[in-house]
Amino acid sequence: MSESPGRQRALPDLAPVFKGGGLVALIAIAVAFPQVYTNPAVTNYGVFALIYVTAASGWNIFSGNTGYISLGQAVFYGSGAYAMGVAARDWNITGTMVFALLPLAMAVGAAIAVPFGLVALRVRRHTFIVITIAFFFIFQLMAFNFSWTGGSSGLSSPFLNWPAASYNTPFYYIAFAFAAGTIAIAWLVRRSRFGLQLRAIRDDEDRARGLGVRAMRVKLSAFVISGTITAGIGAVWFYYINQVEPQTGFDPLFDLTLVLMAFLGGYGSISGAVLGALIIEPLTLWLNAQPEFSSGSLSEILLGGIFLIVVLFMPRGIIPTSGELITRLRTRGRAAIAPATTIGPASGTAPTPSSVVSGGAQ
Amino acid sequence: MTALLRTDGLVKAYGGVQALNGATIAVEAGTVAGLIGPNGSGKTTLFNVVTGYERPDAGEVWFGDRAITNLAPDKVFAAGIGRTFQLTRIFPRLTVLENMLIAAQGKDRPRNLLSWFGRDAWTHHRRHALELLEFVGIERHAGILAGSLSYGQRKLLELAYVLVADPAVILLDEPAGGVNPTLINHIADRIRQLNAEQGTTFLLVEHNMEFVMGLCSTITVLESGKDVVSGPPDIVRTDKRVLDAYLGADLEEEDPR
Repeated sequence: MSESPGRQRALPDLAPVFKGGGLVALIAIAVAFPQVYTNPAVTNYGVFALIYVTAASGWNIFSGNTGYISLGQAVFYGSGAYAMGVAARDWNITGTMVFALLPLAMAVGAAIAVPFGLVALRVRRHTFIVITIAFFFIFQLMAFNFSWTGGSSGLSSPFLNWPAASYNTPFYYIAFAFAAGTIAIAWLVRRSRFGLQLRAIRDDEDRARGLGVRAMRVKLSAFVISGTITAGIGAVWFYYINQVEPQTGFDPLFDLTLVLMAFLGGYGSISGAVLGALIIEPLTLWLNAQPEFSSGSLSEILLGGIFLIVVLFMPRGIIPTSGELITRLRTRGRAAIAPATTIGPASGTAPTPSSVVSGGAQ
Repeated sequence: MTALLRTDGLVKAYGGVQALNGATIAVEAGTVAGLIGPNGSGKTTLFNVVTGYERPDAGEVWFGDRAITNLAPDKVFAAGIGRTFQLTRIFPRLTVLENMLIAAQGKDRPRNLLSWFGRDAWTHHRRHALELLEFVGIERHAGILAGSLSYGQRKLLELAYVLVADPAVILLDEPAGGVNPTLINHIADRIRQLNAEQGTTFLLVEHNMEFVMGLCSTITVLESGKDVVSGPPDIVRTDKRVLDAYLGADLEEEDPR
């Protein structure tokens, strides 16, 4: 550990500047995107990418922090879509007024998440995953069999008489607002007491309870936040594509895609879920648009292949793996962290609280 | 006699195995008490029952004049009884400091939902947490993931985060097990210091006889889930029943695990 104190000090000072600048640039690019690429075929990629950024980040708030892998997010996605469709049909709401139903769709997601969570969160690990899948199938069956859901033909959304050339743009910005809001919530959760409790539950739930963490309440809160977001973006998706059927609203591939996105980008990290969604979703859309792929399910096989490669060679995802690589390059020849072998009172300089704090945040 | 922590006739069976069979112990306020006995004599089960991780089949646990039998672990912790585990149970993917804050957050409940998302609500714990890390001697590792600490440092971290809650009684399950001799002395010093300066009461399970005899003022011997004898180290060391039950059984080899 012979690094000069000046270098050690300069890094944490510059990091927020780079991060802030990068964030501003990203937002600027995202806002300008539909103005620069006005072709609806291109903006369509943007809308779907942002829908999946929202869904994957929403999944990550619960599953990434607690380690409970939910494969039942489609329950919320489909319920949000159906809530909006049923309400618009039964209350004769048309045009842009339909967007006023978004809070209702989100409330339906929250209302479903509470009993769903109370049942599913009693069990852990694999059992939890199985229960979320069971809930998923219950909801898909209900959508097929109730009369008010339109059965197997599903629901159509009210007609929007927007010009075809710029039809996608408002949806793009709505999806962008959802994505930005979800990332902001994920960030707030991550740095809060609440987020710390979630991550303690991930590491050792019983021990966390022993230290006074009210595990059920904390897990359920995260699950409800995640479900609310997913239901909201599900409603946006429904109005965008004008149609929901039981097998598209409650789609098992939706859940697997979210998990793949999170694992590819970096399981548990905020930017990981975003990056994964930005890679996977446009890739899937592009593959499906290729004549060679459109007939069968070759794109799904390819995604499965990507998943295998990620799990085998990069089990922690792009962000953590490349983060480690950067740290290793930057600290080449030096120990990345203080070797944790010596014991007893420290002889060197004690860390200041601020340096400790910045080191603890991710 | 002012026993701060006492158990009365605890019984606990796992299937056909009688882990506790009428264990009655008493820990005086302000002392360092030891609990010894052969492997499988029910020491850890007794800890688990006292701290709420197991429910006894019969018997009672008293903390001062309050019955805490069957209380949930977090309630026992909040009441003022902290414990460490034989195999340390830290949060490996949280930083050392975050480990400390998890223990601290149990102390003050957030008043409303919004304060859950605030950071300021618990920043004041940060300083206290760092002080405690300094006390046990691992403060310079505050920013690293707890999973990269050595085994002995994990024991120190566990001790530190039990201290966050400022408990009246601390139960230590094999604090010296698998730890190098320098660190054993370091841990013993910290226990003595806490006991002398803050009057913290300790009950510790340990196989290292030197450690127990040097530290504890009262020692209770457990055998087959029942307390055999209890008293000062010198009395216990020479007690015939103890020699038969425990020390005599494996005199050649003290297995420190």
